Amino acid sequence: MDMSQYLDLFIDESKDHLQTINERLLELEKSPDDVAIVNEIFRAAHTLKGMSATMGFEDLANLTHQMENVLDGLRNHRFSVTPELLDVIFEAVDHLEAMIVSIAEGGDGKRDVSETVSRLRQIERGETPEGPTGGGAPSSEHAYGEFEYHVLQQAQEQGFSVYEIRVRLRQDCLLKAARVYMVFERLNEAGEIVKSTPSVDLLEEEQFDQEFLVTVVSKVPADELQKQLMSISEVEQVEIAAATVGERTEAAGEKAAPEPLGVAAAEQAAAQAEAEAPEKTPAKQAAKTIRVNIERLDRLMNLFEELVVDRGRLEQISRDLNHAELTETVERMSRISSDLQTIILNMRMVPVETVFNRFPRMVRQLARDLGKKVRLEVIGAETELDRTVIDEIGDPLVHLIRNALDHGIEAPDVRMAHGKPEEGLVQLRAYHSGNHVFIEIEDDGAGISREKVLQKAIKRGIVSPEAAAQLTDQQIYGLIFAPGFSTAEQVSDISGRGVGLDVVKSTIESLGGAVTVDSEPGKGSLFSIQLPLTLSIISVLLVQIAEETYAIPLSSIIETALVKKEEIFSTHNQPVIDFRGKIVPLVRLKEVFDVPRASDDGEAVAAVIVRKGEKLAALAVDSFIGQQEVVLKSLGNYLSSVFAISGATILGDGRVALIIDCNALVK
Amino acid sequence: MTASVQTDWKVIAFRLKDEEYALPVQYVRSIEKMQPITRVPGTPQYVKGVINLRGVVTPIIDLRERFGFAPEPYSEQTRIMIAALDDVEVGFIVDAANDVLDVPASSIEPPPEAVGAVEASYVSGVAKIGNRLLILLDLAKVLER
Repeated sequence: MDMSQYLDLFIDESKDHLQTINERLLELEKSPDDVAIVNEIFRAAHTLKGMSATMGFEDLANLTHQMENVLDGLRNHRFSVTPELLDVIFEAVDHLEAMIVSIAEGGDGKRDVSETVSRLRQIERGETPEGPTGGGAPSSEHAYGEFEYHVLQQAQEQGFSVYEIRVRLRQDCLLKAARVYMVFERLNEAGEIVKSTPSVDLLEEEQFDQEFLVTVVSKVPADELQKQLMSISEVEQVEIAAATVGERTEAAGEKAAPEPLGVAAAEQAAAQAEAEAPEKTPAKQAAKTIRVNIERLDRLMNLFEELVVDRGRLEQISRDLNHAELTETVERMSRISSDLQTIILNMRMVPVETVFNRFPRMVRQLARDLGKKVRLEVIGAETELDRTVIDEIGDPLVHLIRNALDHGIEAPDVRMAHGKPEEGLVQLRAYHSGNHVFIEIEDDGAGISREKVLQKAIKRGIVSPEAAAQLTDQQIYGLIFAPGFSTAEQVSDISGRGVGLDVVKSTIESLGGAVTVDSEPGKGSLFSIQLPLTLSIISVLLVQIAEETYAIPLSSIIETALVKKEEIFSTHNQPVIDFRGKIVPLVRLKEVFDVPRASDDGEAVAAVIVRKGEKLAALAVDSFIGQQEVVLKSLGNYLSSVFAISGATILGDGRVALIIDCNALVK
Repeated sequence: MTASVQTDWKVIAFRLKDEEYALPVQYVRSIEKMQPITRVPGTPQYVKGVINLRGVVTPIIDLRERFGFAPEPYSEQTRIMIAALDDVEVGFIVDAANDVLDVPASSIEPPPEAVGAVEASYVSGVAKIGNRLLILLDLAKVLER
């Protein structure tokens, strides 16, 4: 059967299930006795197994199956949740994730998981305590449904033995389905088959490797049965275990059958359902969603961008014509398209959860690797960001969190010695504020040592000792983002070798955002990232330089000013101006951009004061044109990195204007 | 752009100075009239800037200058030929874009030591069709910095 049409859906859903498993496993670690969580994991794993078997990904199905067996044991209290056990399950989940990724990338999802599988088996067998009734027999490897359970119990009461038979076919077996049929026929003669894993359907379709498991009730002795089965050709091995079925523990009652309802009870239930129905309906309606391919949204966005360009053009024409009715219509259209813009941008918003949800796992693993105790608190995971930003923000966050664990949080004994709780706390917060989204990473670790940072920065030549004396605490902490800086006394492979934080900074700045750090020695550090809500439509100030038009993002602009010729000074050959008591360098854009036919400064210079973090610069232009919403476009792959130009936009008259990257101009 | 399995080539022929060049038709997206170009500072001399090509910002390369010929004022005949290789899309300013031609594989010869004035490295072959001599360009080489 051609499954390719379902493949995308399969991959999407598998990822969802794996995410659920990941999250629940972490919860389980915190509250190991909560069977409800195990049940949820079990269900997700079970669905995943079913789907992957249907899609023909056998390795995936097998591994999930093994994992499911262990989970079933947990659910039935056959063994308890230990960190070691969770490690093996996490390992299995990692494999599963890798398989899904491989499938998504067009691979076959095959992977050598034998080690993990055998460890899962070990847990399943080796650590299996006595069965619930203590009958001395190994307890069941199957997950029995309610009905099957009753059958088995009854059979036992009537003097039948319950066998769990593991049949292994030879590696080179050609007609697996036929052999399965023969095994089943032989067993049916000897007794009754209650259950098989995988199910009979799957066995008949040869949807299994070499092994399958059958539960049989029979009066034939085990060794006799074994002899009979071994006589079937191509059967390599038969393991028969007598199983004892005890009372179903309550915990196993996930699918517990409802008590048989009397008519009255049924009526009551129906009435109750009716009474509840009206309350439930609105809630359901509110959550109505459809899955839309992201490509369609991108296309919608592109088309809308075209519309924004034309809107700009119409606005310009109507201004030129000064026709009352036309102006009114254009204004109305502008308002509607702004509303439309808000809606479309909102549609592309994704909760930061999609990035955050991989961090709990990561923190757990890192903390174990580092021998530290760390709790991660996530706040505001529902905060939404444009998808383009989401795609870029993951790596910088990973880096900062690793940094917090490696350099921030101290080892447990050090923490105890300082009178802090043994377990460190890392908080990951996201929230909206104005036109920005803030993401903060705060730890209660050692904080940043001002002295150490200064020493290292001077040693590495990042600042001169004279300049260092002038720096504020904030500025000193900011030095850790300088290229080639690392304060870790020991280089570990967790948070890199000092190549990281400057990359974090540049990535975030390339997104039009900013990152700052604050710290209190002994109390901890706070990294704060400020991000724009969207990257595709931005507000700019259009400026004129000779015959050329440039756009400066409003987000970088503090204000505009007219500076008289005599107010421009020169220090170290660098023209500067006095802006509200601060000395700000004056950057003449016509010189930076080598603008042809540029005239000399007149009596006054139009200057745009821009900011990059704490630093300011005044960009000298010829004149201001006005403020406009524009669509940010790239210059194309051929011109990938042009100095001080972050992109381009199309103006109302159809011409292209370049967008100035203020970050590159502020030194 | 190697002369491989393809038996016959369909090419767009265009003029630069007094010579005829050709680019396989699958690399050519469209041919545009001259239009205002926005200069991009800090780029090589032969990069004239960018244009708005139906909503896509597209870089423009003056092929004359790319090959080191003397620049000439643009005329009524001047065209922008939009070419794409993988995910790189650029426009070439050429003196004129003439026509689409079928070039039989048999008529293609490897580039001689010196083909006209263009450095041989940009040339993937030459083709003789009737009394016309077409210089086949290697787009990847032309797009290299």
